[in-house]
Amino acid sequence: MTLALAVAAGFAAALVAPTLSRRLAGAFGWLMAVVPAGLCLYFASLLPQAARGQPMAVTYTWVPTLGVQLSFHADGLALLFALLISGIGSLVMIYAGGYLAGHPDLGRFYGFLVLFMASMLGLVLAGNVLTLFVFWELTSISSYLLIGFDHEREDGRAAALQALLVTGGGGLALLGGLVLLGQIGGSYEITTLLTQGETVRAHALYTPTLLLVLLGAFTKSAQMPFHFWLPGAMVAPTPVSAYLHSATMVKAGIYLLARLLPVLGGTPTWTVIVTTVGAVTMVGGGILALYQTDLKRLLAFSTVSALGILTMLLGIGTRHALEAMVVFLLAHALYKGALFMVAGAVEHETSTRDVEKLGGLRRAMPVTTAVAALAAVSLAGFGPVLSFIGKELLLAAVWEVRAANALLVPAAVLGGALFVTVAAIVAIRPFWGGEVQTPKHPHEAPFSLWIGPAVLATLGVVCGLAPSLLADPLITPAVGAVYGTMIPVKLALWHGFNVPLLLSALSVVTGLALYALWTPLRRATRGLEAACEYGPTRWYQACLDGLNAVARGQTRLLQSGYLRFYVMTVIITTTALVAYAYTSRGAFPGLPSGGGLGVTDLVLATLMVLGAFLTARAPSRLSSVAALGVVGYGVALTYILYGAPDLAMTQFMTETLTVILFVLVFYHLPRFTHLSSTLVRWRDAAIAAAFGMLMTVLALAATALPLDSALRDFYASNARPLAHGRNVVNVILVDFRALDTLGEITVLGVAAIGVLALLKLRPPKEHG
Amino acid sequence: MISIILRTAARFLLELLLLFSVFLLLRGHNEPGGGFVGGLVAAAAYILYAIAYDVPSTRAALRLAPDAIIGVGLLMALAGGLIPVLLGRPFLTGIWADVWPGAGVLYLGTPLLFDAGVYVAVVGVVLTIVLALAEE
Repeated sequence: MTLALAVAAGFAAALVAPTLSRRLAGAFGWLMAVVPAGLCLYFASLLPQAARGQPMAVTYTWVPTLGVQLSFHADGLALLFALLISGIGSLVMIYAGGYLAGHPDLGRFYGFLVLFMASMLGLVLAGNVLTLFVFWELTSISSYLLIGFDHEREDGRAAALQALLVTGGGGLALLGGLVLLGQIGGSYEITTLLTQGETVRAHALYTPTLLLVLLGAFTKSAQMPFHFWLPGAMVAPTPVSAYLHSATMVKAGIYLLARLLPVLGGTPTWTVIVTTVGAVTMVGGGILALYQTDLKRLLAFSTVSALGILTMLLGIGTRHALEAMVVFLLAHALYKGALFMVAGAVEHETSTRDVEKLGGLRRAMPVTTAVAALAAVSLAGFGPVLSFIGKELLLAAVWEVRAANALLVPAAVLGGALFVTVAAIVAIRPFWGGEVQTPKHPHEAPFSLWIGPAVLATLGVVCGLAPSLLADPLITPAVGAVYGTMIPVKLALWHGFNVPLLLSALSVVTGLALYALWTPLRRATRGLEAACEYGPTRWYQACLDGLNAVARGQTRLLQSGYLRFYVMTVIITTTALVAYAYTSRGAFPGLPSGGGLGVTDLVLATLMVLGAFLTARAPSRLSSVAALGVVGYGVALTYILYGAPDLAMTQFMTETLTVILFVLVFYHLPRFTHLSSTLVRWRDAAIAAAFGMLMTVLALAATALPLDSALRDFYASNARPLAHGRNVVNVILVDFRALDTLGEITVLGVAAIGVLALLKLRPPKEHG
Repeated sequence: MISIILRTAARFLLELLLLFSVFLLLRGHNEPGGGFVGGLVAAAAYILYAIAYDVPSTRAALRLAPDAIIGVGLLMALAGGLIPVLLGRPFLTGIWADVWPGAGVLYLGTPLLFDAGVYVAVVGVVLTIVLALAEE
């Protein structure tokens, strides 16, 4: 109960944020931090339950007929993420208040940010894969809104759309994968699915299921070759980059992989794909980072690399790899969130993020310099910090499987080295060396801009010095949730002189060497950077252009803009398709036997045929419409003859109103003349005749079939007892099938508003 | 063209036709009629008025803009569907009340509200289109 309320609280806060921000200008950021901070404490209080292996869970029926439940489940893995989301969330709220102080759309920004937080909490706490999917998509949408927050910038809109299309496309694949998974596993509840691992992995549809789920996870977590949206998303305001695009949302894919590891993982397919993609992303992201001089893009590529590490560890999937994954995930969220906020503070004070245009800020911004240094030590992963432990575990896990995949060891060392290089660039270039003239004269960042990163960076050190604080309450349940059984995790800063330490030292040396050679190295390998231009960003653009070209082409082909062509297209298509379907599977019906035509029938039929003929041959529009009215009234009279007074009444009214509408429209039309040639008229006559014949055949076929009266009997016998009405037609309209009627009147309303828009919302007419 | 006879008749006919349209709406559940055709008759009544007078005076007689009438109708129909939800039944379930207990002759239910919504929406749709065209 309280678990669902915790998720709902975020959505409620998102609703009131815009209104509240107008009332409380200055202290608003601090106020908004209260919600996530409270949630953080609440989630922390759930940890002991999760550690005992009895996680809190709550289930509501949602769509019972489809077996869809709205359920939440707070086990170790979910709580680890929930704590990160709410904890970092509260710091980001404070930070955003300083970063966007005085922004006219601050309320909207907070609304989106809290909306994201609630969606992300829903995602990680979801106990049902379909619940998870709904929140998954909500995070994509809120990310879209936040990247495009500065919606007057064209690059912002393009980046937002790019992120939405890439993650949304992956989301579509994920939905397919989750539905397959639910069908194979026999349930959409995650707890049930976790017990069905054997069945799922042995199923014939295992591989497609796995590939679809992986596609969803890889796009969301920016794995190569889908990584390009993440650096693009850096046009978002920095609080968004720190929160969504480094600490939380991009880890949703990692969360999903970890969540489903017990179900889908452990097979050779899983190991090969996930490990390879992760390793390639780790190294590729790190190398691409070297070509960035924009602080945020630099950090974004190093985030891509970090996500690669997490994916690789999930691919390896051993107990040590999972321990490394959990520790590294926590450490990364802490230091990368801090570094993004530092980058934002630097930009806030100097109006630039280009490391080549920054230098010597340590005098003007001593606190920010210290925070940056602290967080960079964590990024480098060498020192008494949590990420050092994570890196040791990572290298140990990779070393452990060296027999199976020897390439991972040098890849991990290189990945680590590139982290050290990025850390050095971020912490040294802007702050040390000679002072450089910046667009804005720098001052120390305000308290709200440095408190968040300071807390995060300090936490990285505290957790590094006293890792046992975390091991039992947080790390053990989280690893246990992924691994399947709860085995106490032992964390220590110092493991003695061993292979991982040696590899770690090697990576630091390599990283520092790369930093020393950074500028010449970049100059020397310009060609590689240019080659990257032809990478996935180009493919994405080509796909988008292709889509637009197809849209334009088919529009030009089908949308001539002439009503007569539309009508003709519809009629020819219908006739051809129905005639084909009919001739391919049945004989033509005979004339109905028995019950010949009465005199009234004959008179009516003759009148209608004459009316139709006159409609086509009339010398003026008005006479044409009048003749058409004869046909319509003839139909209405037929309804009366055969006992359908409701239909007849409506038909009479419709005919009358049609004449009025025609008269109103005629007033605006040019003089009536014959524009079509004889040939065209014969063609139209042929089409009309074909359609008429088709309808005749269909009508005959319908009457030839034995009437299935079950439905009619049901309505006739139930209208009075169930719906208190004798007029079956009306009872069907307003009771039995009222949903259809509701849809129909809505469509009518929309159509009327469409007509209104066409008539009223056009440029003023030129008077000739 | 101004016709005194048509104008005088239209004023009475408007009221008579509106009365008739409500009659059609109310009897619809048991006899031929219903919200849809009732709405068409009511719309036709206003169109007659518009032909006899002009569009501005018809808009004045309507009091509410026709596009707003569409919204009112849709909301009424939706309300007819939501009342059962509030009572814990599925959306659009007919809820009936015996207005004259014991006699068993007069039942009122949410389908009537729904049908009235259809009526109002149809009036709005037809008049939105016709009046906009007539103003051109």
